[in-house]
Amino acid sequence: MSDIAERVKKIVVEHLGVEPDKVTEDSSFIDDLGADSLDTVELVMAFEDEFGVEIPDDAAEKILTVKDAIAFVAAHGK
Amino acid sequence: MALMAGKRGLVMGVANDRSLAWGIASALHREGAELAFSTPGEAFARRVRPLADSIGSALVLDCDVADDASIDSCFAALACHWDRLDFLVHAIGFSDKEELRGPYLATSRANFRLSMEVSCYSFTAVAQRAVPLMTRGGALLTLSYYGAEKVVPHYNVMGLAKAALEASVRYLAVDLGPRGIRVNAISAGPVRTLAASGIGDFRYILKWNELNSPLRRNTTLEDVGGAGLYLLSDLSSGVTGEIHHVDSGYNIIGMKAVDAPDIALAKD
Repeated sequence: MSDIAERVKKIVVEHLGVEPDKVTEDSSFIDDLGADSLDTVELVMAFEDEFGVEIPDDAAEKILTVKDAIAFVAAHGK
Repeated sequence: MALMAGKRGLVMGVANDRSLAWGIASALHREGAELAFSTPGEAFARRVRPLADSIGSALVLDCDVADDASIDSCFAALACHWDRLDFLVHAIGFSDKEELRGPYLATSRANFRLSMEVSCYSFTAVAQRAVPLMTRGGALLTLSYYGAEKVVPHYNVMGLAKAALEASVRYLAVDLGPRGIRVNAISAGPVRTLAASGIGDFRYILKWNELNSPLRRNTTLEDVGGAGLYLLSDLSSGVTGEIHHVDSGYNIIGMKAVDAPDIALAKD
């Protein structure tokens, strides 16, 4: 689980170009980390690649925070 | 000598490094082309600038293809830097993603107009501005999809827009042939791009193509890049008005491969 959290955070830091200490599990991609709607789609694609999961559209729309992403991957990841 | 040495072109519609237009731009750059890019607004521009930098291009121009004045200023800005244009890549489309799932029957008038305007008319609109700069002949290239020819689930109004776009390739090819300007399209198999993320059940479509195309794999950016290089270079000097399938052969298939597994939608 903590491994997943670290990998999710690393993707977020690299993709959004934010400082690592700004990224907490409660961080909202849009409200706290300055992501736009294109970023959120790209982040979902990056999570899919990193963890080998498929994130359907309905589920992707509910991934708004770092915690949401970690929870999805933990439940569905390989 | 490199295939595109001494040639200059505008690439419209790169969103990120997964974009088909980026696959084409990379292949063109490798063969010595000098490239400019256009993006609709700052959200796209800030994604494209680092990519343009990486291939030594400083020209990232703003262009909203739904606005004639914006297209005019884009080409005016381009003409300030370059006195001649040799090729143009049009990789632009838009439709309300809410209407890219479920029945086509539900298409609204507003989204029908918008999809046609941005995904189809824009190619003609940019051709009008590009042609005066193509003083030594040139090549125009746009991107289509099999949903223009046959019904693909969820592609809906984009299928109509691409069908009209493919027809416009043929009409433009006739208009511009006497000036030595060739007009072609690549009909690419499904690729997981930012644009594709708007299409319903896209993973299913991707898997289906992988299992049932003659090459038994999906289309890559390199596939599209190589075909784009061919259609924009002198290698295809005798080719115009063509819709060139780059889809691992999927378009020739009549039914599911006998040995391909039945697949189900991913559920969550």
